[in-house]
Amino acid sequence: MTISLDKQSVADVTTQGVAAIELRGINKSFGPVHANKDIDLVVGKGSIHGIVGENGAGKSTLMSILYGFYSADTGDIIVDGKKTEIPDSKAAIESGIGMVHQHFMLVDPFTVVENVMLGAEGGAMLSEGIARVRKELGRLANEYDMKVDLDAVVGDLPVGLQQRVEILKALYRGADILILDEPTGVLTPAEADHLFRILRVLRDEGKTILLITHKLREIMDVTDMVSVMRRGEMVASRKTAETSMAELAELMVGRSVLLEVNKQPAAPKAPLLSVRDLNVKDERGVMRVKNVSLDVKAGEILGIAGVSGNGQSELLKALSGIMQAETGTMDLVGHTIDLSKKHTAADFREYGMSHVPEDRHRMGLVNSFAEYENSILGYHRDEAYSKGMLLDVAKVRAEALERMDKYDIRPNNPDLQVAKFSGGNQQKIVLAREIERDPDVLLIGQPTRGVDIGAIEYIHKRIIEMRDAGKAVLLVSVELDEIRSLADRILVMFDGNIVGERTPDASEQELGLLMAGVTDEAAQ
Amino acid sequence: MFDVIILVLDSTLRLSTPLLFACLAGLFSERSGVVDIGLEGKMLGGAFAAGTVAYLTGNPWAGLLAAICISIVLSLIHGFASITNRGNQIVSGVAINFLAAGLSVLLGQAWFGQGGRTPQLEIEARFAPITLPFADSVRDVPFLGPIYADLISGHNILVYAAFLTVPLTWWIVFRTRFGLRLRAVGESPHAVDTAGISVVWLRYRAVIICGALCGFAGAYLAIAQSAGFIKDMSAGKGFIALAALIFAKWRPVSAMFACLLFGFLDAIANLMQGQEVPGIGEVPVQFFQALPYILTVVLLAGFIGRAIPPKNVGVPYVKERT
Repeated sequence: MTISLDKQSVADVTTQGVAAIELRGINKSFGPVHANKDIDLVVGKGSIHGIVGENGAGKSTLMSILYGFYSADTGDIIVDGKKTEIPDSKAAIESGIGMVHQHFMLVDPFTVVENVMLGAEGGAMLSEGIARVRKELGRLANEYDMKVDLDAVVGDLPVGLQQRVEILKALYRGADILILDEPTGVLTPAEADHLFRILRVLRDEGKTILLITHKLREIMDVTDMVSVMRRGEMVASRKTAETSMAELAELMVGRSVLLEVNKQPAAPKAPLLSVRDLNVKDERGVMRVKNVSLDVKAGEILGIAGVSGNGQSELLKALSGIMQAETGTMDLVGHTIDLSKKHTAADFREYGMSHVPEDRHRMGLVNSFAEYENSILGYHRDEAYSKGMLLDVAKVRAEALERMDKYDIRPNNPDLQVAKFSGGNQQKIVLAREIERDPDVLLIGQPTRGVDIGAIEYIHKRIIEMRDAGKAVLLVSVELDEIRSLADRILVMFDGNIVGERTPDASEQELGLLMAGVTDEAAQ
Repeated sequence: MFDVIILVLDSTLRLSTPLLFACLAGLFSERSGVVDIGLEGKMLGGAFAAGTVAYLTGNPWAGLLAAICISIVLSLIHGFASITNRGNQIVSGVAINFLAAGLSVLLGQAWFGQGGRTPQLEIEARFAPITLPFADSVRDVPFLGPIYADLISGHNILVYAAFLTVPLTWWIVFRTRFGLRLRAVGESPHAVDTAGISVVWLRYRAVIICGALCGFAGAYLAIAQSAGFIKDMSAGKGFIALAALIFAKWRPVSAMFACLLFGFLDAIANLMQGQEVPGIGEVPVQFFQALPYILTVVLLAGFIGRAIPPKNVGVPYVKERT
């Protein structure tokens, strides 16, 4: 199956009814990152239109453009048939667009009434506005079954109700088009169901809903149309009734050119990393990793596949000592570790674990530091790098230069700021640092995200070499092809659970179904 | 004894006034999310402007206006650095303190050649005490008479203005649209931005109000309390006002009581100078001067209850990439 921009279904919508929103050729770049590339989108009036894509696919950027938070570099926005400029949120509100942000835009110490009226006070004095808000909210609450205590302090409300306040805020401002950015990320299933009921009522009243999510089940449940984004591009639009989770999953993850990786069959030995009953909650208290147990043997690569945001990040963080787990134990090269206690990444490094984090900019590197400084991050306390109380800078620099030659990191200037290297070279800097310590267990997250083809090949080769040297490698990637070509065993994660184990020759479709949360048996 | 109490309270009112202006000034700025450690500098700049202009024109109102203008200019510099250019607000505030302390003395010396002072003001170039109606006739009424005649009456107009600014501030902050937005922008500028309100313009208005109120404080020092500008005459009052603001948890009425408390400590310090306390001996005056800070530290340590500042105070607003 090939995937291309599906003009046909876009045309379908326009002929069927009036478009509430039409986007034409939207482009947006942040520095070197092209977050939105030539986006075309048609959203029918009175419909629920889903936009799916992985984290970082550009969905939120696109919606921020629509809500006037960013302005597009090029492209047109057409609202209700009229070409509209949306330079700021005020203009968006005036065009009848309301947005419920992923991170709520609420003032925590304010009451519900104060939050709703902020920006729409209707006069320099508050007293009249307060009366009006109360009356209007009473009406909205009855009409859409959205009851909330108007005098409650918003920060004290549970997240489900906070979200309701956000929706009420948009409706109070007369929004006809409602954008919801990942609305169910913080909700319990029951709250999510209630939200969807509200959305259907709103649609039936003639409102247009844009639902941004990476959860396919929600798309299938509640939307009329769905558009898929991948790496900044709108890759397809489908009628929800005519598509399937498997197709959407495949569209989201994409099929890049399958890179040939030469490797011998694995010769796994005893496990070097064993995890039992791991449960991890994120900062908001949502359970992200649920009862995960796994073993990584010496001389094998265990791949964790899954649509991003299904707990893989938290799994890596918990195993590397960055995040404290709720429960769980880990056997790491003969050391038994209680993961529900507090640990540091340095503790685990001592035991022979290295970690190439998913997000090299935020966790793997200090962008404003020189390359040689980055080359010892986390190992800077090592006696070998010190000269009395000081760093032995000459030695660090010499070693950095040596590694730059070995890993073909260009330009080979250890004094250059890390931010000035390309993505592939930055990744090699992290990889060199972690691999050259000769760890027994290597955790790698998204090894080739934002990396050019040449570097991908190089990085893959190194990972295989680690395996062949008898190390245990845990590889987390949202690139299914990467997992399939590198891993010796594949575990699929969905909603925090390991939903199935497969060998790398399992079909893409089968893995795609697992990634979409279809049960193990059904996927076979 | 009663006379002494009246005297101390009277002195408390006078000493609290500049604190109160500065504290309310800081309240506007910090409620909007802009930390203002430059209250001190703005007061000093205002005091110098007031002293100079009142001397040149012989009119205290012109002095007051000059103080307000200069103080607003300093505020706008702070705003430009911290709102427009998203600089570090502490550094910017400290810079303003240095600027005001240095420039006032430099210009004072260059213009008047009196070691950085401005020339002594005539009585009509200053804000004179106002005797309220019937003050003299009720003085002999026991108890209430002296309270009215000596404590409430007999202050200059800026003292009354300071205490009237308290309910005014309360009303603005809690009862007007501007106040709602002001409170919101210090807590959650993103919410304000997405509500279609300009964060930048809102914060600028807040620092302008802050500047105006600091101007009142400065003018009070130079042309109401004293008869001219003296080098470093603000003497840390801007910092005490900041401490009072924290003590008051950024609330106007509490701010008044905090300023009165700190003014009272100051008045006691003056009274106790060189006096023996029975059983203890002479208490060093520095002890009383340090008390406002000690009280604030005790408060911040959580003994009296937590002071939670506006959530985004000190954080420049950047539309973040998501």
